[in-house]
Amino acid sequence: MFRLFLASLALVGTCLTASAQEAALQTILQEHRATIAESSRKTIGPAIDAIAASGLPQAQRMLETWAAKDMWMRKSDGLFFAGRKGEGRTYVLTDFDTGATVGSFASSELAQLKPNSGIRAMIGTALVRFQLSDPDRGKRLSALDSIQRAPEAVLLPPLRASIEAEPDVEIKMRKQRLERLLTIGYDTDHRARVQAIDDMSDGLGLDLRAALNPLLVTSRHVAPALPDEANIAAVLEPGREGLSVVDAYDLLVARDLAPPRVSQDDIRNALAAHIVGGRVGDVPVAQLDTDAARAQAYAALARAGAVPALVTQADMAAAVAGHVFFDAYVEPSRAVTEAAQQALDRIDLKVGMNQTLDLALDAVSLASIYFLAAIGLAITFGVMGVINMAHGEFIMMGAYTGYVVQQVIPDHTLSIIVAIPMAFAVTFAAGVAMERLVIRWLYARPLETLLATFGISIALQQLAKNIFGTQARPLTAPGWLDGAWVLNDVVSISYIRIAIFVLALIFLALFLYIAKRTRLGLEMRAVTQNPRMAGSMGINPGRVNMLTFGLGSGIAGIAGVAIGLFAKVTSDLGSDYIVQSFMTVVVGGVGNIWGALAGAGMIGFLQKGIEWMNPSNTLAAQTYMIVFIIIFIQFRPRGIIALKGRAAGD
Amino acid sequence: MDRSFVARNPSVLVFLALLSLFTLVVTVLSEGFGIGVISTSFVKTLGKTLCLCLIAVAMDLVWGFTGILSLGHFAFFGLGGYMIGMWLMYERTRLIVVDAMSQAEIPPTPSEVVDAIGSQIFGVVGSSEFPLVWAFADSLALQLMLVVLVPGLLALVFGWLAFRSRVTGVYLSILTQAMTLALALYLFQNDSGLRGNNGLSGLQNLPGVTAAQDIVSIWFLWASALALGLGYLLAAWIVAGKFGSVIRGIRDNEARVRFLGYSVEVYKLAVFTLTACLAAIAGALYYPQAGIINPEEMAPIASIYLAVWVAIGGRGRLYGAVIGAAFVSLLSTWFTGGQAPDIPLGFYTIKWVDWWQVLLGGSFVLVTLFAPQGIGGLFDLWSNRRHPDRHGANLGPDAGSLREKEATQ
Amino acid sequence: MTSFKSTLAGSVVFAAMATATLAVEDTIKVGVLHSLSGTMAISETTLKDTMLMLIDQQNAKGGLLGKQLEAVVVDPASDWPLFAEKARELLTVHEVDVIFGNWTSVSRKSVLPVIEELNGLLFYPVQYEGEESSKNVFYTGAAPNQQAIPATDYFLDELGVEKFALLGTDYVYPRTTNNILESYLKQKGIADEDIFVNYTPFGHSDWSKIVADVVALGADGKKVGVISTINGDANIGFYKELAAAGVSADDIPVVAFSVGEEELSGLDTTNLVGHLAAWNYFQSADTEANAEFVETWKATMGEDRVTNDPMEAHYIGFNMWVNAATQAGSTEVDAVRAAMYGQEFPNLTGGTAVMLPNHHLAKPVLIGEIQADGQFDIISETDVVPGDAWTDYLPESAVLKSDWKDLGCGMYNTQTQTCVQTLSNY
Repeated sequence: MFRLFLASLALVGTCLTASAQEAALQTILQEHRATIAESSRKTIGPAIDAIAASGLPQAQRMLETWAAKDMWMRKSDGLFFAGRKGEGRTYVLTDFDTGATVGSFASSELAQLKPNSGIRAMIGTALVRFQLSDPDRGKRLSALDSIQRAPEAVLLPPLRASIEAEPDVEIKMRKQRLERLLTIGYDTDHRARVQAIDDMSDGLGLDLRAALNPLLVTSRHVAPALPDEANIAAVLEPGREGLSVVDAYDLLVARDLAPPRVSQDDIRNALAAHIVGGRVGDVPVAQLDTDAARAQAYAALARAGAVPALVTQADMAAAVAGHVFFDAYVEPSRAVTEAAQQALDRIDLKVGMNQTLDLALDAVSLASIYFLAAIGLAITFGVMGVINMAHGEFIMMGAYTGYVVQQVIPDHTLSIIVAIPMAFAVTFAAGVAMERLVIRWLYARPLETLLATFGISIALQQLAKNIFGTQARPLTAPGWLDGAWVLNDVVSISYIRIAIFVLALIFLALFLYIAKRTRLGLEMRAVTQNPRMAGSMGINPGRVNMLTFGLGSGIAGIAGVAIGLFAKVTSDLGSDYIVQSFMTVVVGGVGNIWGALAGAGMIGFLQKGIEWMNPSNTLAAQTYMIVFIIIFIQFRPRGIIALKGRAAGD
Repeated sequence: MDRSFVARNPSVLVFLALLSLFTLVVTVLSEGFGIGVISTSFVKTLGKTLCLCLIAVAMDLVWGFTGILSLGHFAFFGLGGYMIGMWLMYERTRLIVVDAMSQAEIPPTPSEVVDAIGSQIFGVVGSSEFPLVWAFADSLALQLMLVVLVPGLLALVFGWLAFRSRVTGVYLSILTQAMTLALALYLFQNDSGLRGNNGLSGLQNLPGVTAAQDIVSIWFLWASALALGLGYLLAAWIVAGKFGSVIRGIRDNEARVRFLGYSVEVYKLAVFTLTACLAAIAGALYYPQAGIINPEEMAPIASIYLAVWVAIGGRGRLYGAVIGAAFVSLLSTWFTGGQAPDIPLGFYTIKWVDWWQVLLGGSFVLVTLFAPQGIGGLFDLWSNRRHPDRHGANLGPDAGSLREKEATQ
Repeated sequence: MTSFKSTLAGSVVFAAMATATLAVEDTIKVGVLHSLSGTMAISETTLKDTMLMLIDQQNAKGGLLGKQLEAVVVDPASDWPLFAEKARELLTVHEVDVIFGNWTSVSRKSVLPVIEELNGLLFYPVQYEGEESSKNVFYTGAAPNQQAIPATDYFLDELGVEKFALLGTDYVYPRTTNNILESYLKQKGIADEDIFVNYTPFGHSDWSKIVADVVALGADGKKVGVISTINGDANIGFYKELAAAGVSADDIPVVAFSVGEEELSGLDTTNLVGHLAAWNYFQSADTEANAEFVETWKATMGEDRVTNDPMEAHYIGFNMWVNAATQAGSTEVDAVRAAMYGQEFPNLTGGTAVMLPNHHLAKPVLIGEIQADGQFDIISETDVVPGDAWTDYLPESAVLKSDWKDLGCGMYNTQTQTCVQTLSNY
C-alpha cells in the first residue's frame, strides 16, 4: 500500500496535475470517515495512504494535527477539523483546506480523535516524505525517528535524496547512518548491501544489530534431499545438535509426512470410545487402570483396525532417517548472510565486553547504594558496637524529610540542597535522643540493645504511617539528574545513580576525614578502643558516644534522601535495607569503614553476577546471595577486613 | 529423680494444672463440646496461642537459658507447618481427584491420579509438575517425621557451621536472621515448588474428616495444650539438670565453660536443634488452625516478635515465656481486631488499629530498660526471691559479661 | 500465670460482646474485610472508605428492605491467616449478610474455605488471575480475559509489538497471568525466544539491569513491548528507571495491569507519558455517573484523592447486591445469589455491567495512556467482554467451565461432562 502511495506521489510531483489541487482534503477524509473514526491500526492504512498521496500541501498539517490528538469530528455532519481549546468546555475549530476558523463548539457536539501510538507511528511514517527536508529542525529529527522506528524500503530513496542538502551536521550524520542501515536491509543490489555491512561493522549500536539480525533469520525445513537453491544455514542431524528424534518426527508430522504419535490421552480417549459391554479389546474396563493394560487393549483395537497403530521408536527413527533436516536463511543472498554473520560475530564480542562493563557499572551503583545505606551503620555498629535496628527507620526519616522539604520548596534543585542538611539535622537529633534515652543504658547488654531499638523501629514505622499515610510519597529528582549517561547502546547509567555514587564517595571521604583528622575522630577512636582509659584521659565518653551515634544516624538520613530519589518513599523503606545493611557491615568486617566499603562492593557485584546468570528471577539472586553470605561468614567470621590484635575486641 | 524434679520445680506442677484447667474450661465453654459461649474463631485463636506459647518456651530455652539470641526460630516453626501442610493439601486434593475421576469411563492409572493432583495443587501458580520436595507428601507418617526431621536437620547444619566458627552474640543473631530471610525468599519463589507467595491453604479442612470446624478446633486445642504441656515438661526437665547448669554457664561466660573442659559447641548445637524441633512441632499444630501458611509467616520480623514476647514475659524462666507469648499475642489480636475502644482526645482520636504498634514498640523499650525480668519478674515480688547483691558490679571480668540485674535465676 | 485467667476473662468478654452485638437494633450487616494496617493497607484502606461511602449513600436513600445497613469493619492487617480468622468472626460472631473485601489472591484463598464452609457471600473487587470459581464469591474485578488478553491484543494489533517482555512481581497473579499470556502469544505465532519473562520480589527497587535487558531485546529488529504485572511500590522504581533510561512509549511501550491512578500519585509522570494501563475503569472516563462518583469521593475524602478500578468494582458489586437483595426480598445468601445472576447495573464508564452465572461480570475493557497529570487518557475501549473463570488459553483449563446457575458447578469439565468439584481448590 505504501509503495502505491509513493508511486502516486511521484506522479503528483512530476505532473503537478490540477485535479489534485481541486480535490479538498475534507473529501478524502470523508471517504475514509468510518476508518478514521474507528481508529484502529489494522484498518487505518488506506486512509493515511490516501491523505498522504493526495499531494495536498495541507495534508502535512492535517496529519500533524491528527497525531497530536488535536483533530475533532463534528458529530452533526461528521466533518473533521483542527480543534483548539476555547472558552470553558468549548473548542474552536479550523478547516484544514481553507485554514479558516469555522467557529467554536461545545465539546459535547464534538468527538476527539485519539490515534493510538501505533497509528501515530504510521502517520509519522507517512509524514517522513514531507518532513525530511522541512526547515524545522525538530520535524526533520522526528522524521528520522519515524524511519528508525519503522524502517521500510520505500523510505530509502527520499532519505538518500535529502542527505545532500542537509544543512545541520548532526542531522546529516544521522541521516547518513540511517541510509547505511536501510541499505543493509532494503537495497536491491546485494553488493551495495555487503558494502554497507562492511562500512558499519565496527559499531555496536542497537539499530545496527536490529538491521543485521533480521538478515540471519532462519526457518526449519524438511526435504527428501538438500535443495541446491536454498541459502542453507545448517544441516541438522536428528538426535544431535538440539534436534531430538522426537522433535524431528513432530516436524514430519507437521508437514504431513508421517502419521501423528499417539499420546496417553489419545489412548484413553480411544479406549473410552470403544467400550463394548464393559470391555475394551477383551480387557475389562475395571482393569484399565494401568498403562500396560491400556496398551494391551489399545493394541487389540489397533489390530482390529479400529484405531491407528501406535508409533514406535523404530517407526520414528525410520521415518526421520528418510529425510534431511536443515535450517535455511530467509534471506536468499549468500554473500549478504555471510557478511552479516561475520559482522555480527565481531559485534557480539564487543557487545559482550560492553555488557560486562555495563553490569560492572550496575554493580558499582548497587554497591554504592548499599554502602550509603550501611555507612551510618558502619559507624554505630561497626565502630561503637551498638546494634541499631532502627537504622532503617532513620533512612526512612531522611527520605520523608526530603519529601516534606519538597512540599515547602517547589524548586527541585533548591529543595534537594535544603533537604540534605535538613535530613542530617533531623536524624542527627533523633539519633542523639535515642542514644541519650535508650542506648546508653544498654551498652553492656548488646542483645538487649537489639531488641530495644527494634521496638523503636516498629514504633517509628507505624508513626510514619500515621503521619504520612500508607501511600508512597513522591520525591522527585531535579531535572538535571533526569536521564542517563550513555556511553553507547549497551553501556549507560542514570545520572541519579552517578549522583548516589558520588555522594557515597563524599561520605567515605568525610568519614575518613572526621575519624583521622579531627578531635572528635580521635576521641571517637579512643572511646571505642577503651572507654575507661579514654575517660581517665579527660575525654567524656558519654558525649563522644552521643556525637558518634548522632553522626551515624545523620548519615543514614542523607542516605534516605538519596534512596528516596531513585526508588520510593514509604514507611517500610527502611526495613528493605536494614538486613542488607547489616550484612554489608558484617561481611565487610566490623570496626572499619573500609570494611563496609568492601562488604558493599562484594554484595553488589555478587548480586549482579547472580542476576546475570539467572536473568529471569531476581528473587533467586537475592536468596543465593544471602546463602553465600552465610557460608562466607563461616570461613571469615570477622569479615573481609578483620581488625587484628586487641582492637578486635571479644 | 522424678519426684525430686517435681519437688524442686513446683512451678511445673502449677503450670500443668493451670493448663489442664484452661483446656477444660475452654472445652466446656466452646460451641463444639460445650455451652457455646466462646465462638469457634476464638477457640482457634486460643489454640494458636498455645502453639505460640510452645515456640516461646523453645525460644526461652535457646535465648533465656543458653544466651543465643536466635532470630530464626520462626523459620523452623514455618517449616514444620509446611511439612504438615503438604500432606494435608495432597491428601485433601487426592480425595477430590479420586472422587472426580471415578466418574470417568476409564478408571485412572496411578500416574494420572498423581498428575491430576499436581495440576489441582499447582494449577493455581501455573504448573502441574510435582516438585521433588513433595516426594513423601502422600504418606502421613513420613510427612509427620519430616515435621521434626527437616527443621532439625536445617538447625543441625546451620548450627554446626555457625558454632564451629565461633560466631557469637549479635553476629549470630544477624546470621540467623539472614537464614530466615534466605529461607523466606526461597519459598517466595514459585520455583521452590511450595506454591510461592500463596503458600499452602485450606489446611483447616482435615482430609477424610467430616466433623465441623466447631469440633475440629477443639481437637486442635487439646493437641496444642498437650504439646505445650509436654514441651514445657521437657524444657523444665532439661534446665533442671546438669545439662541446664552447663547451658546457663555458657550463657554467662562461654569461655570459662570451655576452659572447664565442656564442649560448648555440642551443648549449643544440642539446644539449638532441640528447640528447632520444638518450634517445628508448634508450627505443625499452628498452621492447620490458621488455615494457610505462606512465606510471609517466616519473614525475619516474626522471629523478632518472638524474642519480644519472651523478653516481655521474662527470660530465663519458662513460665515467663509462656506468659509473654500469650499476653502479647492475645493483646495484639485484641488491639488490631478493632475491638479496643477509640480514645477521643478532642483534637485527635486515637484509633488503636493505628497506634497499637507504637504502643507495643514503646512498651518494649520500657520493658528492656526498666524491667529486664519482664512480667515474670512480678512473681519474684510475690515469692520474695532475692537477687545477689554485688553493688552493681559485673558478674564477670569482661565488659560484655552480665550485670547482676540480669543474673537472677 | 495470671495471663490464663485474664485470657479466660477475655474470652468471656469476647463472647459477651458477641452476644451484645446480636442484640442491637435490627439492621442489615455488611462486613468490610480490608486491611487497614500492614503492607496492603496502602491499597485497601481506600476500598474500606469506598464501602463506607456507598453504605452511607444507600442508608440516605432509605436503606435496604426497610432496614438500615450497618458496616462491620475489621482489620485483617495484611496477615493472610488473619483474613480467614476475621472472615469467620464476621460470619459467626457478627453474623454479617455479605462481605466486601480482600485484595490479593492469597488473602482470597485464605478466606475461601471459611466462606464456603459457612456459606457466606464475598465480593472480591480486584483484577485476578482466574482459574477459580467459588459458589460463595462474586468476582467484580477483571479476569485475565478482561484485562490481560485485550491488552495483549492491543499490543499485537495496534502497536505491532513482536517481542514481549513479561515483567512481574513474584506471586500468583503475575505467574498465572504470564503463563496464560505465554500460551496465548504462542498461539498467536510469537516464538519462544521472543518472550522474555522476569520476576522480581515485592518492593523491588534496583531496576537498572532489568530495564537494560529489556532495551537489549530490540537487538534483533523486532518491536519490543513490556507487559507489566509489577505490583505496588515496586512500580515507582521501575518507572523512574524507565524514564531515566529514556525509554519512550513510542519505542518500547509498557502496559501495566496493576498501575492505576492511586499508584501514579506516588511519582512524577512527565517522563512516562504514553505508557499504557489496561483496566475496566479510569477516573478520566467522561460520563455523568462518573463525574458524580468522583465528586462525592473527593468531597468525602479530600480534593487530592483519586478513584480507581477496584473502587468501581465495589460500586457495581454493592449496588448489584442491593438490587438482588431487594429483588429476592431477603438478604439470605442463597436467595441473593440466585437473584444475582443476570443482575445489570450501569458502569461508571458507560454501558451496563451484567453478572454472569460464573460469578464474573461482563464489562468493556479500557486502555489508557498515562498523561503528565497522573491521569489516564482512554484511547481504546473494547466491546463488552464476559469474564471467564477458566482461561481458554491453557490446555487444562480450556475444557473447564463455570456455571452456578444451571449446572450448579464451578469447575465443570465440558469434555467428560462431569463436575470436577463444587468446592474450590484453594
